[in-house]
Amino acid sequence: MIEAERLSKQFHDAKRGLIRAVNDVSFTCQPGRVYGLLGANGAGKTTTLRTLATILAPTGGTARVAGYDIRRDPQKVRANIGFLSTATALYGRLTAREMVEYFGHLYGMSGETLRRRIETLFARLEIDFPERRCDSLSTGMKQKVSIARTLVHDPPVMIFDEPTSGLDVMSSRAIIGFIRECREQGKTVLFSTHVMSEAEKLCDTIGIIHDGCLKIEGTLDELRAQSGQQVLEEIFVQTVES
Amino acid sequence: MSWQNVGVVYRKELTDSLRDRRTVISMILVPILLMPLLTIGAGILTALLFSRAMLETPTVMVLGGEDSPKLLAQLHAQKDIAIVASRSDYAQEISNKQIRVAVAIPPGFDAAVERGEIPTVHIFMYQGELRSTFGADRLQRFFRDQRDRIVTERLTARQLPADLIEPFRIQQQNVASPEQVSGTIVGGLVPYFIIILCLSGAMYPAMDLTAGEKERGTIETILSSPVSRVHLVLGKFFMVLTAALLTAVLSMISMGLTLAASKKLLAGVPQASDFDFTASIGMKALLLVFVMVIPLAVLFSAALLAISLFAKSYREAQSYLSPLTIVVMLPAVVSVLPGVELNAGLSLIPVLNTSLISKEIVSGTYHWGYMSLIFGSSCVYAAVALWVAIMLFQKESVLFRS
Repeated sequence: MIEAERLSKQFHDAKRGLIRAVNDVSFTCQPGRVYGLLGANGAGKTTTLRTLATILAPTGGTARVAGYDIRRDPQKVRANIGFLSTATALYGRLTAREMVEYFGHLYGMSGETLRRRIETLFARLEIDFPERRCDSLSTGMKQKVSIARTLVHDPPVMIFDEPTSGLDVMSSRAIIGFIRECREQGKTVLFSTHVMSEAEKLCDTIGIIHDGCLKIEGTLDELRAQSGQQVLEEIFVQTVES
Repeated sequence: MSWQNVGVVYRKELTDSLRDRRTVISMILVPILLMPLLTIGAGILTALLFSRAMLETPTVMVLGGEDSPKLLAQLHAQKDIAIVASRSDYAQEISNKQIRVAVAIPPGFDAAVERGEIPTVHIFMYQGELRSTFGADRLQRFFRDQRDRIVTERLTARQLPADLIEPFRIQQQNVASPEQVSGTIVGGLVPYFIIILCLSGAMYPAMDLTAGEKERGTIETILSSPVSRVHLVLGKFFMVLTAALLTAVLSMISMGLTLAASKKLLAGVPQASDFDFTASIGMKALLLVFVMVIPLAVLFSAALLAISLFAKSYREAQSYLSPLTIVVMLPAVVSVLPGVELNAGLSLIPVLNTSLISKEIVSGTYHWGYMSLIFGSSCVYAAVALWVAIMLFQKESVLFRS
């Protein structure tokens, strides 16, 4: 479960002054459901997700992720989430197995438990290139290793920041399928995107974020009822422009 | 503090770095090859230049002396110089290296010497030019021989003993040990090389582990794992320190082997002692130098990590670290200069202090007081640098600088 309570994040920029990247954002993601954070570039999606993943510290409000407060127990929060974004690259000089093993060790796993977990994950994700170095892998292969990396400790909460951005159709479909699998396994899934069709296909709940503020949230049907629009793109444009 | 996570990060960084060609070159190949290449290369080049210059018969222009046939005949009889025709632009020709030296014989030289007057012979040469210097040396030797011969003739004519002009002799003797002699000659260079190599060995991993992570997009991956940032920076720091110390150790081993090999190689070569390649440095001295270099390696590693963490890319990190190389080289160069002696004030200047004390250690002088002061102050600087690096790793504005 993820519960964000009046979460805020401000930055000081030498040129632009004070930036309120995330402003008083509150929402709840339930286990077994996919929450989609929809917003244009620069709307505050990445900052919200990085703050929830405790990569950044909030400047206001807080959140509970998998039962842990992001301010008080950031390490425990990180131990209970799988975080995947286009910016989370792999160590090119490590092999696929070494990469996943490294993260397994950092999550406190070792020995036979870790070895078996990696075997299971690699079989499920069809990673048949465990000894190849990550920098020699294709984009699709890298994506699979990244997924194995986020799943090695079997976290209850998954956070995806624009996971399909820059990927081809096949790799994107694989990611979408993987997110669905996570939902089926009862994991809490938070996912950000600016691709309307992805949000429509995948999300149980959609939140539209603009200028750091959460403007509207609900199921697709609820959003349709609130806005009077049928197509998500129209709902999005209307919300952002209002 | 969980050292287990520090160990996990360290092992991963070590594996990763050992697969990076740039790191391996700067950490292993450069320290191993630099010393032998420099010594052998410089040695061969010097020997080649010297031997070629010494083998050459210098061209000598004789100005005047037509009325002194005796002297001219003796000059012409010299086999190790080549006399060329007299011309008025001798200075120009020496400067242009067309001839090596010129000698001006005053009018009536033979007659003046016969009369007991003191005529002056002028030798014109190109100071600092090796071949001209050799030519001038040969002329000097020729005229000294002439003078000695005339003195002996005069003494014999007056029936005076030869020791009249030599009431006593002077003999100079070295009392310093071979270690001290070689320490003074090459001592300054040894720590200089170790310090510079220590820095260059740590530089690539430091950049790779920080700015490199940002550039390749792995920084967000690692920050999303439960490892604390203190453990992360410590793991990285120990890897950079390993590179710095490994470079130092390898350069010292290579230096020791090179010196031993050159000693053996030049054992049978006459005049080898002129170039003092046979310098010897004691094992104890090398070990002590290494101990003194440890806090400096910590300082370098932490400082390099902190600076390159600030950079957004590898290239930016390089542009920050290049001036640092000069900042480190400067005190190291100062320590090599003759006359710079260790004192309490200099003991507190990082790099310069280690360089100066290492020079003393290599020459066999152990100032234990200074050594403790330098080791202590270097440890303080190293701790401050490490603290700064750890603090910077906590700062979002540095980690996600855009």
